[in-house]
Amino acid sequence: MADPRAHIVVHALTLAYGDRVVLTDLDFSVKRGQVFIVMGPSGCGKSTVLRNLIGLDEPAKGDVFYGDVNFTRAAAGEREAILRRVGVLYQSGALWSSMTLAENVGFPLEEYTDLTRDEIRDVASLKLALVGLEGFEDYYPAEISGGMQKRAGLARAIALDPEALLLDEPSAGLDPVSSRLLDDLILQLRDSLGATIVVVTHELASIFTIGDDSIFLDPETRTVIAGGSPKDLLAHSTDARVRRFLTRGAEGDPGGRADG
Amino acid sequence: MRRDALPVGVQRLLALAEAVPEKPGVRRTSVHTPWIARLGTTALDLGAGSVSAVAFVGEVASATWRLTRRSARFRIGDLAVVVQECGVQALPIVTLISILVGMILAFVGAVQLTRFGAQIYVADLVAIAVVREMGCIMTGIIMAGRTGSGFAAQLGTMKVTQEIDALTTLGLPSIEFLVLPRIVALCLMMPILCVYADVLGIVGGAGVGVSMLDLTLVQYVRETVAAITLTSFATGIAKSVFFGALIAIAGCLRGMQCGKSSASVGEAATSAVVTGIVLIIAADGLFAVLLNVLGI
Repeated sequence: MADPRAHIVVHALTLAYGDRVVLTDLDFSVKRGQVFIVMGPSGCGKSTVLRNLIGLDEPAKGDVFYGDVNFTRAAAGEREAILRRVGVLYQSGALWSSMTLAENVGFPLEEYTDLTRDEIRDVASLKLALVGLEGFEDYYPAEISGGMQKRAGLARAIALDPEALLLDEPSAGLDPVSSRLLDDLILQLRDSLGATIVVVTHELASIFTIGDDSIFLDPETRTVIAGGSPKDLLAHSTDARVRRFLTRGAEGDPGGRADG
Repeated sequence: MRRDALPVGVQRLLALAEAVPEKPGVRRTSVHTPWIARLGTTALDLGAGSVSAVAFVGEVASATWRLTRRSARFRIGDLAVVVQECGVQALPIVTLISILVGMILAFVGAVQLTRFGAQIYVADLVAIAVVREMGCIMTGIIMAGRTGSGFAAQLGTMKVTQEIDALTTLGLPSIEFLVLPRIVALCLMMPILCVYADVLGIVGGAGVGVSMLDLTLVQYVRETVAAITLTSFATGIAKSVFFGALIAIAGCLRGMQCGKSSASVGEAATSAVVTGIVLIIAADGLFAVLLNVLGI
């Protein structure tokens, strides 16, 4: 952990479901206060990387560090302590359907803070207002649209003011305007909370707007084939697969197998 | 193959179909597996299934222990919702089934007993059968069908929509927040429903006795009260609590084992009912043997 700015460090990580290896030899570090993009074609295991970062899946090999702490080898209590400072937005929003939006956002606060009911309600309203859902406190997840569910999920993820925020396909399924608003929100969270943000996505517009740093996962070789600022990658990458992805297929070999 | 004779539209479609070449090694071929291999796989799956079931029961047991030490957490509101779902809302079907079962028992008994002019003993038959066995078994089977499957479907859907993942990453154990309230609620409601089913079963029997067997209501009630002992009543109630735990555990286990698709939610619900009913009948058999040995 030479770099003191590194917040999340992934070292020699191999991810597998049973015998089926999804990704091998992942090495990357996410710097504090940056927006880090995990990108790649569908089915390359982007979401699996995220699941491993938060311990929902156990890596076959390798380690994940948060700061100096080895998360993969940590005891259950230590893991919980780390995860309490991490907010996660799931692909589908994953709001608890039996609770209203305010209860969803307030639930982590109820469990982990000493705030009174009224204070929790106020904080929940504030977080919902941050994601543009003021006035929807007493709606149930089933009563609002998919995009709104996703934003409410983000409000829940930032309920405890996390140091790191992991977002799984935040703008997938959103209309262009909502998607743009979400990008703005992500940048604001980075700048105002100083949070480290890891975004799994393949939305090019978002990638170029918010990405400070990135890795590109390739389903063929099952590992990272490029990394760096997305804009630099677009300007300088010579790898045909990366070029093809970042230019929506306008450049690069269609077979995707040219050596870069 | 010559394609220039084809219409232009078809040529374009063919060109589109060939634009992305087939990935080597992705096509699935059907491989013949010998029966011995299939048998082995089935046995291994069965073994793995039992291990995860035992692990689940262990987790539930330790969470229950923490609950008694007051260090387990769940929201009282969640418990109240489940209590309502598996209590009040189950009353109509329990009412219907219990009255009918009471009537059927009375009919079956009446056919035999009237031959000897002993129709008054229909009251004894109905009372003992309902209080000791039928009340708790029928309630158990009803609850396995409506509540056990409901638990599996709820938890299974929560798994599919990543709601359980969201709990886990917040450090909130799903066993404590989702499974415990369901088990506690069913263990609380089952004995109450069982008493209710007992009473209605006897009412159903009395209906047949009074209307068709020339018995007066007073005679029937007196005979019933004389037939029921505290032991047989308590046996039924104790069994119902135990059945409640079995149904809830089976439902929650299947829900938590659910896969990641909507089809697997259906499978989980079906499997919860099957598991629940099998466990109830097997446990009732065990109880019968045990009580017989103990002379109760």
